[in-house]
Amino acid sequence: MAEYIIKNGFVFDPVQGIKGDKSDVAIKDGKIVSDVSKSAKVIDAAGKTVMAGAVEIHAHIAGPKVNLGRIYRPEDKLFTCTATKGIERTGSGNSIPSTFKTGYEYAKMGYTTAMEAAMPPMFSRHVHEEIRDTPIIDEGAFPVFGNNWFVMEYLKNNEVENTAAYIAWLLRATKGYAVKVVNPGGTEAWGWGLNCLSIHDPVPYFDITPAEIVKGLIEANEYLGLPHSMHIHPNNLGNPGCYQTTLDTLNLADGYKAKNKFGREQVMHITHMQFHSYGGENWGNFESKATEIMNFVNSHKNLTMDTGNVTLDETTTMTADGPFEHHLTGLNHLKWANCDVELETAAGVVPYIYSPDIKVCAIQWSIGLELALLAKDPMRCFITTDHPNAGPFTRYPRVFKWLMSEKARNERLNTFKNADKVIAASTLGSIDREITLYELAQMTRAGPAKSLGLANICGGLKPGMDADVAVYDFNPDKPLADPEMIETAFSRAAFVFKSGVQVVTHGDIVNTGHKRTLWVDAKVKDNPQVMRDIKEKFLKYYSMTQANYEALGHHFVPNPFALEVDATQA
Amino acid sequence: METVTITMKNPPVLYLEAEHVCPDEFAGKTAAQIAELHVYEGNTKSTLGKYFEVSGNAGATAAETKIVVKGDVKRVKYLGMKMSAGEVVVEGSTDLYAGAWMSGGKMTVKGDIQAFAATGMKGGELIIEGNAGNYLGAAYRGDWRGMSGGKILVKGNAGSDVGMYMTGGEMVINGDVDVHLATHAEGGKIIVKGNAPSKVAGQMVEGDIIIFGTIDVMMPGFKYVDDVDLEIEGTTAKFAHYIGDTGERHKKRKGQMVYGNLYQKI
Ligand SMILES: [Zn+2]
Repeated sequence: MAEYIIKNGFVFDPVQGIKGDKSDVAIKDGKIVSDVSKSAKVIDAAGKTVMAGAVEIHAHIAGPKVNLGRIYRPEDKLFTCTATKGIERTGSGNSIPSTFKTGYEYAKMGYTTAMEAAMPPMFSRHVHEEIRDTPIIDEGAFPVFGNNWFVMEYLKNNEVENTAAYIAWLLRATKGYAVKVVNPGGTEAWGWGLNCLSIHDPVPYFDITPAEIVKGLIEANEYLGLPHSMHIHPNNLGNPGCYQTTLDTLNLADGYKAKNKFGREQVMHITHMQFHSYGGENWGNFESKATEIMNFVNSHKNLTMDTGNVTLDETTTMTADGPFEHHLTGLNHLKWANCDVELETAAGVVPYIYSPDIKVCAIQWSIGLELALLAKDPMRCFITTDHPNAGPFTRYPRVFKWLMSEKARNERLNTFKNADKVIAASTLGSIDREITLYELAQMTRAGPAKSLGLANICGGLKPGMDADVAVYDFNPDKPLADPEMIETAFSRAAFVFKSGVQVVTHGDIVNTGHKRTLWVDAKVKDNPQVMRDIKEKFLKYYSMTQANYEALGHHFVPNPFALEVDATQA
Repeated sequence: METVTITMKNPPVLYLEAEHVCPDEFAGKTAAQIAELHVYEGNTKSTLGKYFEVSGNAGATAAETKIVVKGDVKRVKYLGMKMSAGEVVVEGSTDLYAGAWMSGGKMTVKGDIQAFAATGMKGGELIIEGNAGNYLGAAYRGDWRGMSGGKILVKGNAGSDVGMYMTGGEMVINGDVDVHLATHAEGGKIIVKGNAPSKVAGQMVEGDIIIFGTIDVMMPGFKYVDDVDLEIEGTTAKFAHYIGDTGERHKKRKGQMVYGNLYQKI
């Protein structure tokens, strides 16, 4: 394999504590190394910013609900198609891009790893077929567990060990990466025309509460010692006053400590916190509670979170939170798709326009930025747009601009149609913090990699790690003449390497690399009861046989990368 | 006003996508520069000049530019797309998406026009001297934003799904329309001087529809209210007034429920 030396760039690497020193990054055989031979190809990074490839911790980029969005929103493709160019295939879509466009767009921004945040286990084959067709980036997918019949039945009886055995089986069957929880209990309740809006609302029939599901899944996750923690979209998303439910949910992690060999420290990752930080009683007195939420997160080291920044675009919301999507279509009267996934989960899809002229949307925009700017530990607060829910991932460079330039975000804040009311509803206008490049590398590289249990593999530039490197046309030594330079530079990286292969040159795709599927292979003690329960459920309830369930083999996961855990001694 | 005349000399084998034939795109350009604007024939990119002879330079702005399209352009799509000012005259008939998303200016088609003309139209004026196809002034596939402003006049007949998701503006059709007129409409006004067969205004929430001819089958969601005298384009007559679609959600304004109005000449 080729050798490269990226010379004279300003390097930002939280893993090694490098804060913009001018130094070289050497690559050999797909890994970062400390030295290369004289024949190494030289990449001139003088005057440029060098970081590890970015890590996406939460996005909806593959699988049936994403594809449902593509199918039922042809208007999302209008004027957004891209023609073939060099080795690039055609692409289409803005908020729900085609698989190829998804891979290209992430890579062009310097992202080299991404997690699909909600895999319906029964449709894991579809998820993996799309992952396979998304070039360049390494991907993993989180199967959803928060409304799963097995989980609710085991946890109702406090059977953590059985829950863990079931999780291990399901991760293997679906080639899943982590334990995802969406509106615990609420999505199952939706099957009965109900919802769980607090952590103590009982789930109909199962007679278990969201709180019990969440605590049980934390315990099972730590019993197994999985690379990532339980990853949660709490109850009561998106409603005025929901921050109370969020604080109740965060409190459930109290007393738990991470147990794993991957260097992960949190036991709960709370996703798209923006949607869970709302005060007020109605849309009229809707306001930010980002301060209350961040006070809690800042003082609890066993939590990590991502922001879910609203980007003020027309987009497509999609979530396993079925009841929420029904609620949303009632608010905006736009088309609604809904799907029930047998014993496991559900999903809904609704288009949404975050208009800067609508007060609530502008306050949502403020809250996302406020959360990131109030974070005391950038290694525990990551930047996302919950793509495509709060905005397309292709807007990350714009979010970076707002976070890194007080001038840029104040220009936006002060020119909203209802600027006075928007400013009064959050503390954003009074925050003068500007995220530094080092903090950006923490929030988009080292932080999410550590939270995912990938700290030794990606998100940093330490010798031995995967050679995922992004070089940006951004000179941190020069005064920033115009905040737009941030957006421009991070939109199209000058050079990107994925596992040592140069995949992007001057913003163009030059190689599609060797994309891998990350999954977690957890070994547990033989558990005949759980195996029998699985067999029985397939015979009794599932509309498919167990033999047709598993995502296996070359077709679905052609290039697997398994992280192994051994819980047989647990 | 400067006039640019483009004349079809070398007709395409496949359909030609010519969205740059628009005053906004021509403005400030010479005939030679206009000939260099790109078009697609199938997946092959080439120039306008390959197919058309271009004569005359454009005005400095769209408003000062008139485009006359001569020759057989029945296989040319997107003429006048997104125009905001100026004028386009098509001397014959043309294909899909003519005048789509136009926001100003005036476009005249002397022959017939195919489907999706004036899709998502925001303003300006479109005159069709022949017949119009399906989805005139409708929303794009999947979209909910149909014609929201401007005026359309069809001197002949129009096809099905006219005014789907229309939210504003005005349309006059001198002849007949086919099924599914004004489905999902949330505003605007449609006058049909001829007949409308069936499925008129299904799921209409707001707006006015005036039919001078017959409606074969009335939608069950429409309710007769009363007979009214209306003056429509200089003709005064008695119309039966229906409101609907009562199966849809309706907003309230000043305490009053707002419905779509359907008037049929008695
Ligand atoms: Zn999400």
